[in-house]
Amino acid sequence: MFDYETLKIIWWVLMVTLMLGFALTGGFDLGVATLLPWVGRTDDERRVAIGTIHATWEGNQTWLITFGGALFAAWPLVYAAGFSVLYIALIFTLFALFLRPLGFDYRDKLKSPRWRNNWDWGLFVGGAFPALVFGVAIGNLFLGLPFTFNADMRISYQGGFFGLFSPFGVFCGVLGLAMLALHGAAWIHLRTDEIVQSRARRATIVLGVVVALLFALGGWWMQHIPGLRVDTIGDLNRALTPFSKTVSAAPGAWLDNMHNWKWVWLAPVAGIAGALLAALGAARRSGWTGLAGSSLAVTGIIVTAGLALFPFVLPSSSSPVSSLTAWDAVSSQKTLGIMLMVVVVMLPIIALYTAWAYRIMRGTITLAHVRDEDRAAY
Amino acid sequence: MTLPTLDVVDLSRLQFAATALYHFIFVPLTLGLSWILVICETVYVMTGREIYKDMTRFWGKLFGINFALGVATGITMEFQFGTNWAYYSHYVGDIFGVPLAVEALMAFFLEATFVGLFFFGWDRMSKTKHLMVTFLVALGSNLSALWILIANGWMQHPVGAEFNFETMRMELTSIADVIFNPVAQVKFVHTLAAGYVAASMFVLGISAWYLLKARDTSFALRSFAVAAGFGLASTLSVIVLGDESGYTIGESQKVKMAAIEAEWETQEAPASITLFGIPNQEEQRTDYAIKMPYLLGMIATRSLDGEVMGIRELKEVHRANILEGMEAYGAMQKLRAGDTSPALRAEFDEHKKNLGYALLLKKYTEHVTDATPAQIQSAVDDSIPRVAPLFFAFRIMVGLGFFFLLMFGAAFYLLVAKKLAPQRWFLKLATWSIPLPFIAIMAGWIVAEYGRQPWTIAGVLPTFLSVSDLSLSQVWFSLIGLVVVYAILLTIEMWLMVKFIRLGPASLHTGRYHGETPAPGDEVLPAVTPHPAIS
Repeated sequence: MFDYETLKIIWWVLMVTLMLGFALTGGFDLGVATLLPWVGRTDDERRVAIGTIHATWEGNQTWLITFGGALFAAWPLVYAAGFSVLYIALIFTLFALFLRPLGFDYRDKLKSPRWRNNWDWGLFVGGAFPALVFGVAIGNLFLGLPFTFNADMRISYQGGFFGLFSPFGVFCGVLGLAMLALHGAAWIHLRTDEIVQSRARRATIVLGVVVALLFALGGWWMQHIPGLRVDTIGDLNRALTPFSKTVSAAPGAWLDNMHNWKWVWLAPVAGIAGALLAALGAARRSGWTGLAGSSLAVTGIIVTAGLALFPFVLPSSSSPVSSLTAWDAVSSQKTLGIMLMVVVVMLPIIALYTAWAYRIMRGTITLAHVRDEDRAAY
Repeated sequence: MTLPTLDVVDLSRLQFAATALYHFIFVPLTLGLSWILVICETVYVMTGREIYKDMTRFWGKLFGINFALGVATGITMEFQFGTNWAYYSHYVGDIFGVPLAVEALMAFFLEATFVGLFFFGWDRMSKTKHLMVTFLVALGSNLSALWILIANGWMQHPVGAEFNFETMRMELTSIADVIFNPVAQVKFVHTLAAGYVAASMFVLGISAWYLLKARDTSFALRSFAVAAGFGLASTLSVIVLGDESGYTIGESQKVKMAAIEAEWETQEAPASITLFGIPNQEEQRTDYAIKMPYLLGMIATRSLDGEVMGIRELKEVHRANILEGMEAYGAMQKLRAGDTSPALRAEFDEHKKNLGYALLLKKYTEHVTDATPAQIQSAVDDSIPRVAPLFFAFRIMVGLGFFFLLMFGAAFYLLVAKKLAPQRWFLKLATWSIPLPFIAIMAGWIVAEYGRQPWTIAGVLPTFLSVSDLSLSQVWFSLIGLVVVYAILLTIEMWLMVKFIRLGPASLHTGRYHGETPAPGDEVLPAVTPHPAIS
């Protein structure tokens, strides 16, 4: 089996992978819901947009649930500190997420326009709000969250809910929202036709350019934010606590990894190139190119954030030494090893049956199809 | 840093209890209805009779209305360990997080991926493939119960783990012990069967209502039959495989046993059972007790000579545990301060299994090792949950369990003997019984979780230490918000559920059911002809 240090790195990669799993699949679901008021002016048009995701969104959201579970199992300190320090933000996110299963499952159950319109607004909130909050949360990782540990490893917090909405935090929220909306637009463009498709096509072009610009701006902004670096740390092959290291803050330290390892540049390049490719694909009416572009953009942007922070995963603004890293926030070697085996066995199986489900539900969703299916609505 | 105030602890407990019980309104129906769908669809695939497809689709509609809220409220549960129980998450995440992560990978993905195909895939795949999809939804939801009960079983009886003083947390030593934890296995079977009972009563009660109204009788009778058979088998499993047998394993389970039986003193074997009484916690006796000789000893130990420990004696065991825990705590403090002598390490290892008991003292003193006899006595008293709620909750659960046995037994008999139609009182009773399994299930959870107090992890981590360092206003905010939002969601759900129950299978728009006029050319199936049992 792997040594502890290797396992810690593997689990960093796996956590990023699970997050990507959600962002790439659940991401376009959030994006589609966000764009619902724009791509669908009538009930039938909105049903076309929803029709591209209604049979598969639930499986996609499971990536988020799995990310949460894996966080608990593999990085328990990050789960404990992150979820409790973001308390109010997460409670609001929960309320927004409630609207999704109900909206998707209930809206078509009745014909009343008011019933359907209300659920459509619910779906919009359930898509846009989490996308925004996830972005704000990642932005705040770069600024650090206000928490400290005591000797018993109890966590205490100094900041409140509104502290999250600093300019950089809000900026990252907007970037996250735009990124997932781009992904959703590319998805609708691929899976629909007529008016809904042409609106999605325009959205893909605009959002592709916007995301590329915002992401580049974020890179410039990052140079001016104090980052953290690990100065000394104990034996990485042993069980460590946050107090086993020394940390210093320096402006631009979040760009250290880019300076030290040139290959890290691939991630931001992919982010910008992907966003532009999505716009180009839409401009050329190629749905697949658009979706490939938006997928590349999502991957590039998230991996950039992960690599810039590495080895940090949850920096603390009030006590840099309390910051959690991939080295000292992890489970025991045994747990990491067992969980790795579970993931290695299960992920390919999940990928196979998910692919089968998408194959069954493949095809363009048309207005005619939606009208025809009206009475078959479950 | 001071410890969190008790108010935050109490509110966090209230929030967890409320959200967990609320979540468990929807889970049992999902667990059981999914198999009822499998049964109906299997008959459809084997016989090709459309009515069984209609049954699958109609009960599937109700399944979907219920499932949506199960999904929504489930996310709260997954977030809540981190948001409200941060110290717990740190302290036991190494073990407790594993079944939760496996649950997502092994069960949720299965359930969530195929549930969409169940609803939208009828015309996109062969009958057999669709049946397989339905089966996988049922398998996924039931597997998720397995993993969540493995996690819960570990809270009741924490095996396969030990404390690591360097990381200040419990760490996994044997995953096999955690998975094959006897408490978890017993609870799993019991909880699943209880879910099947709830779903069977749901289908039985609604079918009975259609029969009362003499509408869709053929559809209703067939549904009634499926529910009666499945319900009878499930009720028998619930009772026979009741987690009674789990109460003899492990310290906290023994405490629970003593509390639900209000067994203050250890009785001579075989112990008698208290059928009813009023537990009096202050004076440690049960007023107005009605007892049945021998029964408790026989149920609990499956023997005539096994003893069931009483509360007074359990408290003395806990006092010894606390004293030993204080030794462990003292050694741990020295180890954490950097002392590396092997003798100290050996001392710690010898006593650390009772470290958790020393933590009970933290409610009264920061300096656990210098606790006064009075403080120790307070901790000993804390080590037993309040008896009365457990005593009554258990009796509600068991009483209802036997009532369900009668109901399903009668349903089965009347159906087979074709005497259902004249027994209108029975059909009414069946309809009114729909909420009862949910009450029984909640009573069961109260026994299991309230009975675990004062611990979150039995003998390892006290509840009052497990919470996050939140402010009172934050928890009030979330609690009120959740209650309001949940009340709105439940109202919508119930309204929709009742609406579709009233519509009945006509909501499928097949033209074959109550209140529908068959379109010209539509085949009129024998489904609408009265069933011999009703005419």
